[in-house]
Amino acid sequence: MDLATFLIQCLNSLQYGLLLFLVASGLTLIFGIMGVINLAHGSFYMIGAYMAFALAPVVGSTLGGGFFATLGVGVVLAVMLGYGLEWAFFSFLYEREHLQQVLMTYGLILVFEELRSLMVGDDVHGVAPPPLLAGTIALGEMMTYPVYRLFISGVCLALALGMYLVLTRTRLGMMIRAGSSNREMVQSLGVDIKFLYRVVFAAGVGLAVLAGMVAAPVSSVYPGMGNQVLIICFVVVVIGGIGSIRGALLASLLIGVVDTFGKVILPQAAGVLVYLMMALILLCKPKGLFAAG
Amino acid sequence: MSQDILLRGIGITRRWGGLVAVDQVSIALTRGEVHAVIGTNGAGKSTLINILSGETPPSAGQVELLGQDVTRWSQPRRARAGLGRSYQRNTIYPGFTVFENCRLAAQARHQQPWAWWQSAQACEASQAAAHSSAQRAGLGDALDRVAGALSHGQKRQLEIAMCLATAPEVLLLDEPLAGMGAEETERMLALLAELKASHAMLLVEHDMDAVFRIADLITVMVNGTVIATGTPDVVRNHAEVQIAYLGQQ
Amino acid sequence: MTDRSRIVFVALCGLALAAYPLAAGAFGLDLVTKIMVYAIFALSLELLVGATGLVCFGHAAFFGIGAYAALLLSPSSDAASLLWLLPASVGAAALFALMMGALSLRTEGVYFIMVTLAFAQMAYYVVHDTPLGGGSDGIYLSAKPVLAIAGLRLIDLDQALSIYFFTLACLVAVFGFLALLLRSRFGRALAGIKANEQRMRATGFSTYPYKLAAFVISGGIAGLAGFLFGVKDGYVNPELMSWHLSGAVLIMIILGGLGHLRGALIGAFAFALLQEFFKSELIFGGFAKHWHLGLGLTIIASVALLPHGLVGLPARWRARRQGRKAAL
Repeated sequence: MDLATFLIQCLNSLQYGLLLFLVASGLTLIFGIMGVINLAHGSFYMIGAYMAFALAPVVGSTLGGGFFATLGVGVVLAVMLGYGLEWAFFSFLYEREHLQQVLMTYGLILVFEELRSLMVGDDVHGVAPPPLLAGTIALGEMMTYPVYRLFISGVCLALALGMYLVLTRTRLGMMIRAGSSNREMVQSLGVDIKFLYRVVFAAGVGLAVLAGMVAAPVSSVYPGMGNQVLIICFVVVVIGGIGSIRGALLASLLIGVVDTFGKVILPQAAGVLVYLMMALILLCKPKGLFAAG
Repeated sequence: MSQDILLRGIGITRRWGGLVAVDQVSIALTRGEVHAVIGTNGAGKSTLINILSGETPPSAGQVELLGQDVTRWSQPRRARAGLGRSYQRNTIYPGFTVFENCRLAAQARHQQPWAWWQSAQACEASQAAAHSSAQRAGLGDALDRVAGALSHGQKRQLEIAMCLATAPEVLLLDEPLAGMGAEETERMLALLAELKASHAMLLVEHDMDAVFRIADLITVMVNGTVIATGTPDVVRNHAEVQIAYLGQQ
Repeated sequence: MTDRSRIVFVALCGLALAAYPLAAGAFGLDLVTKIMVYAIFALSLELLVGATGLVCFGHAAFFGIGAYAALLLSPSSDAASLLWLLPASVGAAALFALMMGALSLRTEGVYFIMVTLAFAQMAYYVVHDTPLGGGSDGIYLSAKPVLAIAGLRLIDLDQALSIYFFTLACLVAVFGFLALLLRSRFGRALAGIKANEQRMRATGFSTYPYKLAAFVISGGIAGLAGFLFGVKDGYVNPELMSWHLSGAVLIMIILGGLGHLRGALIGAFAFALLQEFFKSELIFGGFAKHWHLGLGLTIIASVALLPHGLVGLPARWRARRQGRKAAL
């Protein structure tokens, strides 16, 4: 593999890993703070991608905006969806056993899939990146790299940084971190825990939807995409440790590298490599790399 | 009185990162004696008992059970070798009857997991051990009751009964009197006094009256270290203990 | 339900199943054979989830491995002998369960759920992406296995009726085995582990070997179900390892009722019938292709409203009647 190819694969790994991190961080936050395992998290990613496809013409004709306007509208809708979903459905899951949560959110996946099928059909779609970001950038003398992929990495990094700042520098972030280690204590301190949970859930949904929207131009939009990303997110959380954002970041990047380079070096085994890595890590660290407490 | 030392902890230390929870603690349990460990919250008593039982590995030091070095042994292995443990919180099987609780505990001595065709109830040894341990703990009349429906005091009795079901020689009792009223405490103390003759017992307790009544030896821990070990009289009059724990009288 | 009414119920089920072929057409026969295979599959998971409290979300892997082993190990021309093909397929599934269990059982709670799902996905990708499994097209069986002694064909699984009764026999055997296993010392130890693992360890049970053994037995039985499925259709494809199947079998046991062997039976039947219901174009017309929607809503409703499953219904009705009597 020459240097240029290697560099490209590194950038691809970074982009894939960061995208994964965006989705997985929502999953691990929701689990770490509310104790809910949400199988439908991948569906939000799928919803995001389909939104990028379906909303673009609508936003174009009503608001006259392009890609970024669609992104904005999508995020707003996502947060609203997350807020409403938490109130109507997920708030009933907090006290339930994990098995029940698993099955109810599994039922939710089926519902989401069929609703999507009813609303936009089952076809595979492509989404064009905005003209501003559609070009390529030169890497050295021979290779070029799509600007849009750099944009994805950039957005994910910015969001990751934003998450870090919110969690460590704001009062809300402090409440979130406190709530994840001791729910009752936070409640007895007068924090409106219901509101906190709703905010965290909506944020988690927003992150996953945004990830789907941003990824749509590269990954295309197809029915099974939510489930695929969900299971990989599970691997991220297992490797990184539940509730650990740091662990999720490291694990996502690790998976990004293994998956991307795996596809290039051993295309047939690529799907299996990530799970093999998970198995190896579990052999040494059964609670993940950065297990909380 | 050192002939029958059944459990010994030697120089036990446990560090969690920068925090030293237990610092060079040595303790010996002799048959026929109740050795109480007292101390304020955070003194390291729970950690110590967890290290002795095998649930937490020590950072340094050894544990000897019946003369063998069991420092590397898992908790189940130590239990099979004769170490029994009761917990501060009721660690019973709430869905099973009192009898089944004891029987399942007794089964640990007669596991035979490969006999898939044979009903568990057919194991007479477990049945007998269950009956006798339940009787001894004072639950002979409650055998058919569902454990979750028992009163708190009865649950604590069941906790002890389950310990006894495996016929251990050493008993590690973590706050057996927790949450008990006066009458229940009396009954429990009578039971513990009766068990003393045949076992070596470690007792972690907060009820000072009970401790001074029943203990033969008391170890006082503060911030992970032992500040005094001796008979109740010695400890009662120990200057440091008075300052640190009992309050100046 | 008393012990006796339980036995009567199960015996009646057995008799009904034995008599069913008299009334059934080809479609019905195939459907009930499939349901019985699901029942065996569900029973295997009940051992793990209901009896031991280990929520495994990757059980389809063992099912799929049993099926794939049956087809991959069969010779390309002749019919294989049941005598070795069945144990070999079950053994393959059990072996995978041993490996998966050894790694997964180091984790607990939610981790365990996620890890089992992930490992099952790994198995899925192996058969989907590598030439080992024939890819997404799957593999066909050229000749179905037989049980022949001295040239005499005793059981020929090429006949629908033979497969039906062979599956029924396996179902009865598995049910009987698990019933005995659960009341044995091993089974009681599993129940103790589910109720309070800490106490089990404090008493002297090394819980890891017990859990691993349960995992392997459960995986083997699931492999048996997969074997029967593969042989029945003479065809396997990666969807037999899909996590949708892992989810489906979990739903079966929760729908039927956790903690009861007959819950697995009831759940398998109920789930299969629900599936047929929602897929039915007679009832739903063109909407039938969106049958996942009805199924998803049913799953949510049944978990939310029927936490003890269908098995718990008689007790609930009784309690409600008693409540009404008390109020009078």
